[in-house]
Amino acid sequence: MAASYYETKDLADFPHIGEFAPEEAKRFFEYYAQATGPGKLTEREKTLIALAVATVRHCPYCIDAYTNKCLSLGVDNDEMMEAVHVGAALVAGDVLAHATQMRKIVKNKEM
Amino acid sequence: MEVGEQLALLSAGVSGESFSSRLARFGLWPLRAQEVTTLQINITRQCNLHCRHCHVEAGAARQERMDHETLEQCLRIIETHDIRTVDVTGGAPELHPQLPWFLERMVRPTRRVILRSNLVILREPPYARYLDLLAHLGVEIVGSLPDYRHERSDRQRGQGMFAQAIEALRELNQRGYGREGSRLILDLVHNPCGAYLPGSQASLEREYRVRLRQEHGIVFNRLFCLTNCPVGRFLEFLRQSDNFEEYMHTLREAFNPAAAHNVMCRSMLSVGWDGRLHDCDFNQMLGLTVDSGAPTHLRDFDFPMLQRREIAVREHCFACTAGAGSSCTGATAT
Repeated sequence: MAASYYETKDLADFPHIGEFAPEEAKRFFEYYAQATGPGKLTEREKTLIALAVATVRHCPYCIDAYTNKCLSLGVDNDEMMEAVHVGAALVAGDVLAHATQMRKIVKNKEM
Repeated sequence: MEVGEQLALLSAGVSGESFSSRLARFGLWPLRAQEVTTLQINITRQCNLHCRHCHVEAGAARQERMDHETLEQCLRIIETHDIRTVDVTGGAPELHPQLPWFLERMVRPTRRVILRSNLVILREPPYARYLDLLAHLGVEIVGSLPDYRHERSDRQRGQGMFAQAIEALRELNQRGYGREGSRLILDLVHNPCGAYLPGSQASLEREYRVRLRQEHGIVFNRLFCLTNCPVGRFLEFLRQSDNFEEYMHTLREAFNPAAAHNVMCRSMLSVGWDGRLHDCDFNQMLGLTVDSGAPTHLRDFDFPMLQRREIAVREHCFACTAGAGSSCTGATAT
Protein backbone atom coordinates (compact mmCIF):
# COMPACT_ATOMS: atom_id res chain seq x y z
CA MET A 1 0.00 0.00 0.00
CA ALA A 2 1.26 3.50 -0.81
CA ALA A 3 2.38 5.75 2.04
CA SER A 4 -0.12 8.42 1.06
CA TYR A 5 -3.56 8.49 -0.55
CA TYR A 6 -2.39 11.30 -2.84
CA GLU A 7 0.71 10.63 -4.92
CA THR A 8 2.09 12.83 -7.72
CA LYS A 9 2.26 9.92 -10.12
CA ASP A 10 -1.48 9.30 -9.65
CA LEU A 11 -2.15 12.24 -11.96
CA ALA A 12 -0.87 10.15 -14.85
CA ASP A 13 -3.53 7.57 -14.00
CA PHE A 14 -6.35 9.98 -14.76
CA PRO A 15 -6.74 8.83 -18.39
CA HIS A 16 -7.30 5.30 -17.04
CA ILE A 17 -10.29 6.04 -14.83
CA GLY A 18 -12.43 4.23 -17.39
CA GLU A 19 -10.85 0.90 -16.51
CA PHE A 20 -14.00 -0.50 -14.91
CA ALA A 21 -16.52 1.68 -16.77
CA PRO A 22 -15.18 2.50 -20.25
CA GLU A 23 -18.37 3.86 -21.80
CA GLU A 24 -19.03 6.32 -18.99
CA ALA A 25 -15.39 7.41 -19.07
CA LYS A 26 -15.49 7.92 -22.82
CA ARG A 27 -18.49 10.21 -22.46
CA PHE A 28 -16.94 11.98 -19.51
CA PHE A 29 -13.72 12.72 -21.39
CA GLU A 30 -15.63 13.98 -24.42
CA TYR A 31 -17.59 16.28 -22.14
CA TYR A 32 -14.42 17.31 -20.26
CA ALA A 33 -12.62 18.21 -23.48
CA GLN A 34 -15.60 20.17 -24.76
CA ALA A 35 -16.14 22.00 -21.48
CA THR A 36 -12.51 22.98 -20.91
CA GLY A 37 -11.50 23.62 -24.53
CA PRO A 38 -11.78 26.97 -26.29
CA GLY A 39 -15.32 28.15 -27.05
CA LYS A 40 -16.85 31.58 -26.58
CA LEU A 41 -14.33 31.82 -23.76
CA THR A 42 -10.69 31.40 -24.68
CA GLU A 43 -8.64 28.41 -23.52
CA ARG A 44 -6.73 30.83 -21.32
CA GLU A 45 -9.87 32.12 -19.58
CA LYS A 46 -11.19 28.61 -19.03
CA THR A 47 -7.87 27.49 -17.62
CA LEU A 48 -7.95 30.28 -15.02
CA ILE A 49 -11.51 29.28 -14.07
CA ALA A 50 -10.34 25.67 -13.74
CA LEU A 51 -7.44 26.75 -11.51
CA ALA A 52 -9.80 28.68 -9.22
CA VAL A 53 -12.15 25.71 -8.98
CA ALA A 54 -9.23 23.34 -8.38
CA THR A 55 -8.02 25.35 -5.39
CA VAL A 56 -11.53 25.74 -3.98
CA ARG A 57 -12.05 21.99 -4.33
CA HIS A 58 -8.60 21.31 -2.81
CA CYS A 59 -7.80 18.90 -5.65
CA PRO A 60 -4.00 18.43 -5.78
CA TYR A 61 -4.14 16.77 -9.19
CA CYS A 62 -6.14 19.59 -10.74
CA ILE A 63 -4.00 22.26 -9.06
CA ASP A 64 -0.88 20.60 -10.53
CA ALA A 65 -2.44 20.16 -13.98
CA TYR A 66 -3.93 23.64 -14.24
CA THR A 67 -0.98 25.52 -12.76
CA ASN A 68 1.18 23.89 -15.42
CA LYS A 69 -1.40 24.66 -18.08
CA CYS A 70 -1.54 28.30 -16.97
CA LEU A 71 2.26 28.51 -17.23
CA SER A 72 2.15 26.88 -20.65
CA LEU A 73 -0.40 29.38 -21.88
CA GLY A 74 1.68 32.32 -20.66
CA VAL A 75 -0.60 33.22 -17.74
CA ASP A 76 1.35 35.33 -15.29
CA ASN A 77 1.75 34.50 -11.61
CA ASP A 78 -0.27 37.52 -10.48
CA GLU A 79 -3.10 36.55 -12.84
CA MET A 80 -3.15 33.04 -11.34
CA MET A 81 -3.23 34.54 -7.85
CA GLU A 82 -6.13 36.83 -8.86
CA ALA A 83 -8.06 33.77 -10.01
CA VAL A 84 -7.36 32.02 -6.70
CA HIS A 85 -8.64 35.10 -4.86
CA VAL A 86 -11.89 34.92 -6.85
CA GLY A 87 -12.28 31.37 -5.53
CA ALA A 88 -11.36 32.44 -2.01
CA ALA A 89 -13.81 35.35 -2.09
CA LEU A 90 -16.59 33.10 -3.34
CA VAL A 91 -15.91 30.62 -0.56
CA ALA A 92 -15.87 33.44 2.04
CA GLY A 93 -19.06 34.85 0.54
CA ASP A 94 -20.67 31.45 0.62
CA VAL A 95 -19.83 31.08 4.33
CA LEU A 96 -20.97 34.57 5.19
CA ALA A 97 -24.17 34.24 3.18
CA HIS A 98 -25.05 31.29 5.42
CA ALA A 99 -24.91 33.65 8.37
CA THR A 100 -28.35 34.66 7.11
CA GLN A 101 -29.66 31.31 8.36
CA MET A 102 -28.04 31.91 11.74
CA ARG A 103 -29.43 35.46 11.91
CA LYS A 104 -32.92 34.32 10.94
CA ILE A 105 -32.93 31.67 13.68
CA VAL A 106 -31.56 34.06 16.28
CA LYS A 107 -34.17 36.65 15.44
CA ASN A 108 -36.91 34.07 15.55
CA LYS A 109 -35.84 32.67 18.90
CA GLU A 110 -34.88 35.76 20.84
CA MET A 111 -37.42 37.73 22.78
CA MET B 1 28.02 19.78 -18.12
CA GLU B 2 30.26 17.76 -20.46
CA VAL B 3 28.59 16.17 -23.47
CA GLY B 4 29.33 12.66 -22.21
CA GLU B 5 27.75 13.48 -18.88
CA GLN B 6 24.66 14.86 -20.62
CA LEU B 7 24.26 11.74 -22.72
CA ALA B 8 24.75 9.51 -19.68
CA LEU B 9 22.17 11.45 -17.70
CA LEU B 10 19.68 11.28 -20.57
CA SER B 11 20.10 7.58 -21.16
CA ALA B 12 20.48 6.26 -17.62
CA GLY B 13 18.85 8.86 -15.44
CA VAL B 14 15.27 8.24 -16.43
CA SER B 15 13.16 5.16 -16.02
CA GLY B 16 10.58 4.18 -18.61
CA GLU B 17 10.26 3.33 -22.26
CA SER B 18 13.10 4.58 -24.46
CA PHE B 19 12.44 6.93 -27.37
CA SER B 20 13.37 4.29 -29.92
CA SER B 21 11.00 1.76 -28.32
CA ARG B 22 8.23 4.34 -28.37
CA LEU B 23 8.87 4.98 -32.07
CA ALA B 24 8.82 1.24 -32.73
CA ARG B 25 5.45 0.94 -31.00
CA PHE B 26 4.05 3.40 -33.56
CA GLY B 27 5.80 1.87 -36.57
CA LEU B 28 8.31 4.70 -36.89
CA TRP B 29 11.48 2.84 -36.04
CA PRO B 30 14.02 3.25 -37.49
CA LEU B 31 13.24 6.91 -38.04
CA ARG B 32 14.36 7.95 -41.51
CA ALA B 33 14.69 11.27 -43.26
CA GLN B 34 12.15 11.75 -46.04
CA GLU B 35 13.95 14.59 -47.82
CA VAL B 36 16.34 17.45 -47.14
CA THR B 37 14.60 20.71 -47.92
CA THR B 38 16.32 22.78 -45.24
CA LEU B 39 19.98 23.20 -44.43
CA GLN B 40 20.46 24.69 -40.98
CA ILE B 41 23.92 26.13 -40.57
CA ASN B 42 25.30 26.94 -37.15
CA ILE B 43 28.06 29.39 -37.96
CA THR B 44 29.18 30.29 -34.42
CA ARG B 45 28.60 29.39 -30.82
CA GLN B 46 29.59 32.84 -29.68
CA CYS B 47 26.76 35.01 -28.38
CA ASN B 48 26.29 38.38 -26.71
CA LEU B 49 23.75 36.79 -24.34
CA HIS B 50 24.04 33.95 -21.83
CA CYS B 51 20.49 32.56 -21.68
CA ARG B 52 19.62 30.10 -18.93
CA HIS B 53 17.84 27.67 -21.25
CA CYS B 54 20.36 27.71 -24.12
CA HIS B 55 21.03 24.22 -25.48
CA VAL B 56 24.09 25.57 -27.34
CA GLU B 57 25.53 26.94 -24.08
CA ALA B 58 26.43 29.93 -26.15
CA GLY B 59 28.14 32.98 -24.67
CA ALA B 60 30.75 35.65 -25.16
CA ALA B 61 33.62 33.30 -24.35
CA ARG B 62 32.81 30.69 -26.99
CA GLN B 63 35.34 30.67 -29.80
CA GLU B 64 33.83 28.14 -32.22
CA ARG B 65 33.27 29.81 -35.56
CA MET B 66 32.87 28.44 -39.09
CA ASP B 67 35.97 29.16 -41.20
CA HIS B 68 35.94 30.60 -44.70
CA GLU B 69 36.55 27.29 -46.43
CA THR B 70 33.58 25.66 -44.67
CA LEU B 71 31.34 28.63 -45.48
CA GLU B 72 32.36 28.21 -49.13
CA GLN B 73 31.57 24.49 -48.92
CA CYS B 74 28.10 25.33 -47.62
CA LEU B 75 27.53 27.74 -50.51
CA ARG B 76 28.69 25.17 -53.07
CA ILE B 77 26.29 22.59 -51.67
CA ILE B 78 23.37 25.02 -51.59
CA GLU B 79 24.09 26.01 -55.20
CA THR B 80 24.37 22.50 -56.55
CA HIS B 81 21.48 20.80 -54.73
CA ASP B 82 17.75 21.35 -54.46
CA ILE B 83 17.83 22.92 -51.01
CA ARG B 84 14.95 25.36 -50.78
CA THR B 85 15.54 26.80 -47.33
CA VAL B 86 18.74 27.89 -45.62
CA ASP B 87 18.46 28.57 -41.90
CA VAL B 88 21.43 30.40 -40.38
CA THR B 89 21.81 30.10 -36.64
CA GLY B 90 24.28 30.24 -33.74
CA GLY B 91 25.06 31.50 -31.03
CA ALA B 92 24.41 34.93 -32.40
CA PRO B 93 25.18 34.56 -36.13
CA GLU B 94 25.58 38.34 -36.40
CA LEU B 95 28.86 37.97 -34.46
CA HIS B 96 30.43 36.07 -37.35
CA PRO B 97 32.35 38.72 -39.34
CA GLN B 98 31.63 37.00 -42.64
CA LEU B 99 27.87 36.83 -42.20
CA PRO B 100 27.09 39.76 -44.58
CA TRP B 101 29.17 38.18 -47.35
CA PHE B 102 27.64 34.75 -46.64
CA LEU B 103 24.07 36.06 -46.83
CA GLU B 104 24.72 38.10 -49.96
CA ARG B 105 26.16 35.05 -51.67
CA MET B 106 23.24 32.77 -50.87
CA VAL B 107 20.20 34.98 -51.36
CA ARG B 108 18.22 34.11 -54.49
CA PRO B 109 14.61 34.91 -55.41
CA THR B 110 13.72 31.21 -55.31
CA ARG B 111 15.44 30.48 -52.02
CA ARG B 112 14.16 31.06 -48.52
CA VAL B 113 16.93 32.38 -46.31
CA ILE B 114 16.28 32.60 -42.57
CA LEU B 115 18.40 34.26 -39.91
CA ARG B 116 17.82 33.29 -36.27
CA SER B 117 18.48 36.36 -34.17
CA ASN B 118 18.29 37.03 -30.46
CA LEU B 119 17.18 40.56 -31.52
CA VAL B 120 19.11 42.19 -28.67
CA ILE B 121 22.29 42.18 -30.73
CA LEU B 122 20.63 44.36 -33.37
CA ARG B 123 20.67 47.15 -30.78
CA GLU B 124 24.44 47.00 -30.32
CA PRO B 125 26.13 49.65 -32.48
CA PRO B 126 28.48 47.40 -34.50
CA TYR B 127 25.58 45.16 -35.49
CA ALA B 128 22.78 47.68 -36.05
CA ARG B 129 23.86 47.77 -39.72
CA TYR B 130 22.20 44.36 -40.08
CA LEU B 131 18.78 46.00 -39.79
CA ASP B 132 19.17 47.58 -43.23
CA LEU B 133 21.18 44.76 -44.74
CA LEU B 134 18.65 42.07 -43.81
CA ALA B 135 15.78 44.17 -45.15
CA HIS B 136 17.70 44.87 -48.36
CA LEU B 137 18.39 41.17 -48.91
CA GLY B 138 14.87 40.11 -47.90
CA VAL B 139 16.20 37.67 -45.32
CA GLU B 140 13.50 36.23 -43.07
CA ILE B 141 14.06 36.85 -39.39
CA VAL B 142 13.16 34.41 -36.66
CA GLY B 143 13.59 36.39 -33.47
CA SER B 144 13.74 35.01 -29.94
CA LEU B 145 11.24 36.50 -27.54
CA PRO B 146 10.65 33.90 -24.83
CA ASP B 147 7.72 35.79 -23.34
CA TYR B 148 5.63 38.89 -24.05
CA ARG B 149 6.25 40.15 -20.54
CA HIS B 150 9.60 41.51 -19.50
CA GLU B 151 9.74 39.71 -16.12
CA ARG B 152 9.68 36.21 -17.53
CA SER B 153 11.73 37.05 -20.58
CA ASP B 154 14.43 38.73 -18.50
CA ARG B 155 14.55 35.83 -16.05
CA GLN B 156 15.71 33.70 -18.94
CA ARG B 157 17.87 36.13 -20.91
CA GLY B 158 19.09 38.71 -18.41
CA GLN B 159 17.95 41.99 -16.94
CA GLY B 160 16.91 44.60 -19.50
CA MET B 161 17.13 42.26 -22.49
CA PHE B 162 13.38 42.29 -23.13
CA ALA B 163 13.38 46.08 -23.53
CA GLN B 164 16.29 45.82 -25.99
CA ALA B 165 14.49 43.13 -28.00
CA ILE B 166 11.35 45.30 -28.14
CA GLU B 167 13.41 48.22 -29.46
CA ALA B 168 14.92 45.95 -32.12
CA LEU B 169 11.44 44.75 -33.12
CA ARG B 170 10.34 48.37 -33.43
CA GLU B 171 13.27 49.05 -35.76
CA LEU B 172 12.40 45.98 -37.83
CA ASN B 173 8.75 47.01 -38.06
CA GLN B 174 9.88 50.45 -39.25
CA ARG B 175 11.71 48.75 -42.12
CA GLY B 176 8.59 46.80 -43.07
CA TYR B 177 9.33 43.57 -41.22
CA GLY B 178 6.23 41.79 -39.95
CA ARG B 179 3.83 44.26 -41.56
CA GLU B 180 0.81 43.08 -43.46
CA GLY B 181 1.45 42.97 -47.19
CA SER B 182 5.21 43.29 -46.75
CA ARG B 183 7.60 40.73 -48.23
CA LEU B 184 9.75 40.99 -45.11
CA ILE B 185 8.90 38.16 -42.75
CA LEU B 186 9.35 38.48 -39.02
CA ASP B 187 8.50 35.43 -36.94
CA LEU B 188 8.95 35.18 -33.20
CA VAL B 189 9.96 32.28 -31.01
CA HIS B 190 8.39 31.50 -27.66
CA ASN B 191 9.80 28.98 -25.28
CA PRO B 192 8.72 28.28 -21.72
CA CYS B 193 10.64 30.07 -18.98
CA GLY B 194 10.88 26.95 -16.83
CA ALA B 195 10.26 23.22 -16.56
CA TYR B 196 6.91 23.05 -18.32
CA LEU B 197 5.68 22.59 -21.87
CA PRO B 198 4.48 25.35 -24.18
CA GLY B 199 0.74 25.75 -24.52
CA SER B 200 -1.24 25.84 -27.72
CA GLN B 201 0.59 27.83 -30.38
CA ALA B 202 -2.64 29.44 -31.61
CA SER B 203 -3.55 30.60 -28.11
CA LEU B 204 -0.10 31.98 -27.35
CA GLU B 205 0.17 33.64 -30.74
CA ARG B 206 -3.12 35.45 -30.09
CA GLU B 207 -1.85 36.60 -26.70
CA TYR B 208 1.51 37.75 -28.11
CA ARG B 209 -0.21 39.58 -30.95
CA VAL B 210 -2.60 41.48 -28.68
CA ARG B 211 -0.06 42.30 -25.95
CA LEU B 212 2.77 43.32 -28.26
CA ARG B 213 0.49 45.53 -30.32
CA GLN B 214 -1.29 47.13 -27.36
CA GLU B 215 1.68 47.57 -25.08
CA HIS B 216 4.49 48.20 -27.56
CA GLY B 217 2.94 48.81 -31.00
CA ILE B 218 4.80 45.77 -32.38
CA VAL B 219 3.54 43.52 -35.19
CA PHE B 220 4.89 40.22 -36.43
CA ASN B 221 3.95 37.38 -38.76
CA ARG B 222 3.89 34.12 -36.83
CA LEU B 223 4.76 32.79 -33.41
CA PHE B 224 6.68 29.53 -33.17
CA CYS B 225 6.36 27.67 -29.87
CA LEU B 226 9.41 25.61 -28.98
CA THR B 227 9.63 23.03 -26.25
CA ASN B 228 12.78 23.39 -24.17
CA CYS B 229 15.02 20.46 -25.05
CA PRO B 230 16.85 18.78 -22.16
CA VAL B 231 20.29 19.59 -23.56
CA GLY B 232 22.98 22.05 -22.46
CA ARG B 233 22.06 24.70 -19.91
CA PHE B 234 18.42 23.66 -19.78
CA LEU B 235 19.45 20.13 -18.82
CA GLU B 236 21.69 21.60 -16.13
CA PHE B 237 18.77 23.69 -14.87
CA LEU B 238 16.53 20.60 -14.75
CA ARG B 239 19.12 18.71 -12.77
CA GLN B 240 19.93 21.50 -10.34
CA SER B 241 16.28 22.35 -9.72
CA ASP B 242 15.40 18.67 -9.23
CA ASN B 243 12.98 18.80 -12.16
CA PHE B 244 14.75 16.37 -14.48
CA GLU B 245 12.75 13.20 -13.76
CA GLU B 246 9.41 14.97 -13.78
CA TYR B 247 10.16 16.91 -16.94
CA MET B 248 11.24 13.78 -18.81
CA HIS B 249 8.13 12.02 -17.52
CA THR B 250 5.98 14.92 -18.77
CA LEU B 251 7.63 14.75 -22.19
CA ARG B 252 7.02 10.99 -22.39
CA GLU B 253 3.41 11.28 -21.29
CA ALA B 254 2.81 13.95 -23.92
CA PHE B 255 4.26 11.84 -26.78
CA ASN B 256 2.25 12.46 -29.92
CA PRO B 257 2.75 10.04 -32.85
CA ALA B 258 1.61 12.70 -35.33
CA ALA B 259 4.35 15.00 -34.06
CA ALA B 260 6.84 12.13 -34.26
CA HIS B 261 5.86 11.58 -37.87
CA ASN B 262 6.52 15.24 -38.68
CA VAL B 263 9.74 15.84 -36.72
CA MET B 264 12.00 18.41 -38.35
CA CYS B 265 15.00 16.09 -38.68
CA ARG B 266 13.10 14.20 -41.39
CA SER B 267 13.37 17.18 -43.71
CA MET B 268 16.42 19.12 -42.54
CA LEU B 269 20.11 18.69 -42.05
CA SER B 270 22.20 20.57 -39.51
CA VAL B 271 25.75 21.74 -40.21
CA GLY B 272 28.10 22.51 -37.35
CA TRP B 273 30.74 25.26 -37.26
CA ASP B 274 33.36 22.62 -38.13
CA GLY B 275 31.45 21.30 -41.17
CA ARG B 276 30.21 18.18 -39.46
CA LEU B 277 26.70 17.04 -40.31
CA HIS B 278 24.00 16.37 -37.73
CA ASP B 279 20.32 15.46 -37.73
CA CYS B 280 19.44 18.59 -35.75
CA ASP B 281 20.97 21.37 -33.66
CA PHE B 282 20.32 19.42 -30.44
CA ASN B 283 22.24 16.39 -31.71
CA GLN B 284 24.95 18.80 -32.80
CA MET B 285 25.35 20.08 -29.25
CA LEU B 286 25.47 16.50 -27.96
CA GLY B 287 28.25 15.69 -30.43
CA LEU B 288 26.05 13.21 -32.32
CA THR B 289 26.86 13.32 -36.01
CA VAL B 290 24.72 11.81 -38.75
CA ASP B 291 24.87 8.08 -38.25
CA SER B 292 24.22 4.82 -40.07
CA GLY B 293 26.68 5.10 -42.90
CA ALA B 294 25.67 8.51 -44.25
CA PRO B 295 28.53 11.01 -44.63
CA THR B 296 29.33 12.91 -41.47
CA HIS B 297 31.08 15.95 -42.98
CA LEU B 298 30.28 18.52 -45.66
CA ARG B 299 33.32 17.47 -47.70
CA ASP B 300 31.74 14.03 -48.23
CA PHE B 301 28.27 15.41 -48.95
CA ASP B 302 26.14 12.73 -50.59
CA PHE B 303 22.68 14.15 -51.13
CA PRO B 304 20.73 10.96 -52.02
CA MET B 305 22.21 9.12 -49.05
CA LEU B 306 21.49 11.99 -46.66
CA GLN B 307 17.93 12.30 -47.94
CA ARG B 308 17.21 8.74 -46.82
CA ARG B 309 19.49 8.55 -43.79
CA GLU B 310 18.50 6.97 -40.54
CA ILE B 311 18.14 9.59 -37.81
CA ALA B 312 20.20 9.24 -34.63
CA VAL B 313 17.77 9.42 -31.71
CA ARG B 314 18.23 9.62 -27.95
CA GLU B 315 15.97 10.43 -25.01
CA HIS B 316 16.07 14.22 -25.58
CA CYS B 317 14.11 13.57 -28.78
CA PHE B 318 10.96 13.28 -26.66
CA ALA B 319 11.03 17.10 -26.58
CA CYS B 320 10.21 17.32 -30.29
CA THR B 321 7.34 14.84 -30.09
CA ALA B 322 5.52 16.17 -27.02
CA GLY B 323 2.05 17.62 -27.39
CA ALA B 324 1.65 19.56 -30.60
CA GLY B 325 5.30 18.83 -31.40
CA SER B 326 8.21 21.21 -31.54
CA SER B 327 10.55 22.24 -34.30
CA CYS B 328 12.56 25.27 -35.42
CA THR B 329 9.32 26.44 -37.03
CA GLY B 330 7.12 25.70 -34.05
CA ALA B 331 4.39 23.09 -33.63
CA THR B 332 4.37 20.17 -36.05
CA ALA B 333 0.98 18.61 -35.29
CA THR B 334 -2.49 19.94 -34.53
